[in-house]
Amino acid sequence: MAIETEPGTITQPGGGVPAGEPAVRAWWTRPAIHTGLIGAVIGYAFGHWLGNYWASPGVGSPAQYQQIPTADANDFAIVLGYTFMVVGWLIGLGFFNDLVLAMLGRPLRDYQLRNGGDTGMARYFRLTHDHKVVGLQYLVGMIVYFCTAGLLAMGIRAELLSPVHHIFSSSAYIEIVGEHGTMMMMLMTSVILGPFGNYLIPLMIGAKRVAYPRLEALSFWLTPAAFGVLLSAILLGGFHFGWTGYPTLSVQDTSGGDAYAFAFGLMGLSMILAAFNILITVICYRAPGMRWGRLPMFVWGILGTAVMMALAAPILVGGMYMILTDRTVQTAFFADQLGGSSYLYQDLFWFFGHPEVYILALPGFAIVCELLPVFTRKPLFGYKIAAAGMIGVTLLSFFVWQHHLFDSGIDPDMRPLFMLTTELISIPTGFIFLVGMGTLWKAKIRFTVPMLFCLAFFFNFLIGGISGVFLSDVPADTTEHGSFFVMAHFHYTIMGGLIFAFMGGCYYWLPKMMGIKLNARLGYAHFWLMFVAFNSTFLPLFAIGLAGQPRRVFEYQRDLTTLNDWVSISSFFLGASILIFVINFVWSTVVVREREIGNPWNSRGLEWQTASPPPAENFAVVPVVLTGPYEYGVKNSPPVADLNPPVGVLTASLSDTQTAGAEA
Amino acid sequence: MAAPPAQREPNHAIRIGFTWLVLALAADLLIWFVLGPHLPPGGLASQADGQRFDIKVMAVMAAPVMIFVLLYFAYSIIVWRGREGDDDDGPPIGGNARIQTAWITVTSAIVLCLFGFGTYELYHSYGAGAGEGPSPIYNPPGAELTAAQQMAPWSPGKPVVVQVIGQQWRFTYRYPQFGGFETTYLALPRNQWVQFDVTSIDVIHSFWAYQLGVKADANPGVDNVAYTKPTQLGRITVRCAELCGLWHGAMFDYGQVMTLANFQSWAGASNARFASVTKLLPPYATTYDPTEIPLFKLGKVVKALGLFGAGGGYYPPNDPSQP
Repeated sequence: MAIETEPGTITQPGGGVPAGEPAVRAWWTRPAIHTGLIGAVIGYAFGHWLGNYWASPGVGSPAQYQQIPTADANDFAIVLGYTFMVVGWLIGLGFFNDLVLAMLGRPLRDYQLRNGGDTGMARYFRLTHDHKVVGLQYLVGMIVYFCTAGLLAMGIRAELLSPVHHIFSSSAYIEIVGEHGTMMMMLMTSVILGPFGNYLIPLMIGAKRVAYPRLEALSFWLTPAAFGVLLSAILLGGFHFGWTGYPTLSVQDTSGGDAYAFAFGLMGLSMILAAFNILITVICYRAPGMRWGRLPMFVWGILGTAVMMALAAPILVGGMYMILTDRTVQTAFFADQLGGSSYLYQDLFWFFGHPEVYILALPGFAIVCELLPVFTRKPLFGYKIAAAGMIGVTLLSFFVWQHHLFDSGIDPDMRPLFMLTTELISIPTGFIFLVGMGTLWKAKIRFTVPMLFCLAFFFNFLIGGISGVFLSDVPADTTEHGSFFVMAHFHYTIMGGLIFAFMGGCYYWLPKMMGIKLNARLGYAHFWLMFVAFNSTFLPLFAIGLAGQPRRVFEYQRDLTTLNDWVSISSFFLGASILIFVINFVWSTVVVREREIGNPWNSRGLEWQTASPPPAENFAVVPVVLTGPYEYGVKNSPPVADLNPPVGVLTASLSDTQTAGAEA
Repeated sequence: MAAPPAQREPNHAIRIGFTWLVLALAADLLIWFVLGPHLPPGGLASQADGQRFDIKVMAVMAAPVMIFVLLYFAYSIIVWRGREGDDDDGPPIGGNARIQTAWITVTSAIVLCLFGFGTYELYHSYGAGAGEGPSPIYNPPGAELTAAQQMAPWSPGKPVVVQVIGQQWRFTYRYPQFGGFETTYLALPRNQWVQFDVTSIDVIHSFWAYQLGVKADANPGVDNVAYTKPTQLGRITVRCAELCGLWHGAMFDYGQVMTLANFQSWAGASNARFASVTKLLPPYATTYDPTEIPLFKLGKVVKALGLFGAGGGYYPPNDPSQP
């Protein structure tokens, strides 16, 4: 596909003939969640029937795939059921409508093409091509997923109130651990890229739309499917191997294992689609004057995240596919006795899994770098070094995966190398601290709620990062590996880093995205309770891990009871702090709806130069960017962009790069 | 901001630097002399002691870094907070080449030191107690890698070979140099190198002998070798550190480091006591293939001693009895 010369022009993807006036139809006659659900149910029933039909004896094929007599436990039927369920879900949502219309040579429905041509509340419940709607869909989806997985964490901590198992059966406990871990690790990959990346990046780079609105919408609508499939594991007996899914356990496990592998693979697909859309949008849709050196740090961070997703998630999809075929049609990728290797899976999984933990860190860096200049009223300190740090993390993240396998028995020759690469990654990570500290130097800090979350990000990520250095050292790792120390470490980087940054982003950008203010008083209460409870929950876990408590156990040493109880009770307060956030979110956006139309933070970001919430096509005309985004306090600095550039600037910038480069 | 009466700007760098120096020095002294000797995983074995040393050294390196960053943030929050009614922007400082260069140099130097230190410790401590797979490269004297070598009777100077067999949800220990008996109790002699040959007959487990400083994954079909040298008498806790199914949380047992004489008499007695069971076990090998050993079906081993032999002893998958 050729790059469109003028992104603002409404074009006809699919090549259909332009239609007339947008047809106005009642919401329930148009494809939306309800038709998607109907499609999903029909699809599942069909797929399940088909699987059992193929696997049952005497239907033309003498060989059967399964020896399992009961149809309910036939993995083949379950996986086919899920596959057709997703297809039915997408058909029901209308993903194939335009495709079919274009193939028939019929006019496409205009309201689905125009960025923002779709209006009304109902658009949030259906397929749309407006990146702003998709962003808000993502936001609500992510909050729902996060809270569900968070409730499961409360279940884990309730069990660990006592050193012997007392609330859940061992099976239920492991199910909860696996659901919590998998849901967090797979769905939270998009917690920032999904809502803020999709919503804000076109606004930040001065574009009217994203490059691939259909892929963007698809990436979102796959997440509820992945969420539902993952939760459905509980109905199939759960899965009992945690979020890492090591074979041979995961291949032997009950039918819940199918749900795990299918959901994780599906989310991998969603990540790939989301990543490509972001990558191409940033590369091809920047407004004139938005040079790489003026790209907001948030865009740099999301760009790095998208690179990691696009390169790492395919490995995950492959690994999950192999698990599924091992489970259903008896391939033996991971069966040692049949020529496979469980190490193969560990390598595949962590080759995805380690970039993934940076997928869960980099967007946090991006948000704090974006917010700090606004609330310190200073330019970002070391813009280039911040971008270099993000690129460095992105690249190095692909070279560290074997540090998860230091005790596994994989070739020990490689240990010094992976120790080195792991420690090297602390250098670009350190850049973010340099940038943060430099920006604070002689600043005029405004302690708004988003700023507090940024400062807490640095506090938490410092602890998470330093504990990571302990884990990179092979001798120290021998004791720490697989213990609560590791668990505390990655909760500090992901919850303490990513989720704190996400919360900061919510308070900062919701006035932009929804045109309403979040209640600041509740915001401060949320911050302080979350900050204190978070540290009170996870700091003792380092000690618990070093004292010898492995992960994912329901029985532990009696002398660790006090610490574990302390952690459990703190975790309930942490849960309460999230509840405050949800209450604040619903209260402010649904009940009170205090309007915010201006630029409440007095930010120089391009996204704040247009109205809140932005008009359908973001900018009346594509703006011309005049300066970098962080020129706070710079004397005689021009405005960040010319929102009404002279006619012809856009064409000139595209036809003559020299002119565009010299315009500043 | 309307310029207030000239108030001399304090030298922030000196203030922060001096406070940092005092705090960092105090923290490091405390870590090294007060906290250090009590750090996990203790000093029962050479590898545990080595890991404790590593953790201590890294804590000493990490503390000044953490204190510097935290102190800087605390200082900024107090000194550079925006004053009421001051809506002006801060000074436009976009970067500082010297500080950036210095930061990169210092962090790179710290990282390379850590790498050098970690690598030295890894070699120096013979693999640091981590599982090295079937072809270990960080060997103490006298690695016994083939089944034939391991079955030769033990003589002083050779490492004591203990085969650890993981299965859902129990570790068993086989002593090939002492007649090849298998037990659920881990006994080890003091001041002898111990070679653990860790394997599994079902799913992946991880053999974590906390006080010995040993952690090695038990993979089916793989002989994962790890070394340690117990230096004190005492009790050992063994836990499974890799999620292995329903009763992973209950997969633990205990062991003992004893004097060499006691160990030898224990091994002799055990060999005699378990002789009838040993006959039922498959011949000693570095790995076992459960699909080729139907022995567990006899159930004799299980019945005789409540012992799950190397031939396999799965609990029925959907109905685990309490181990």
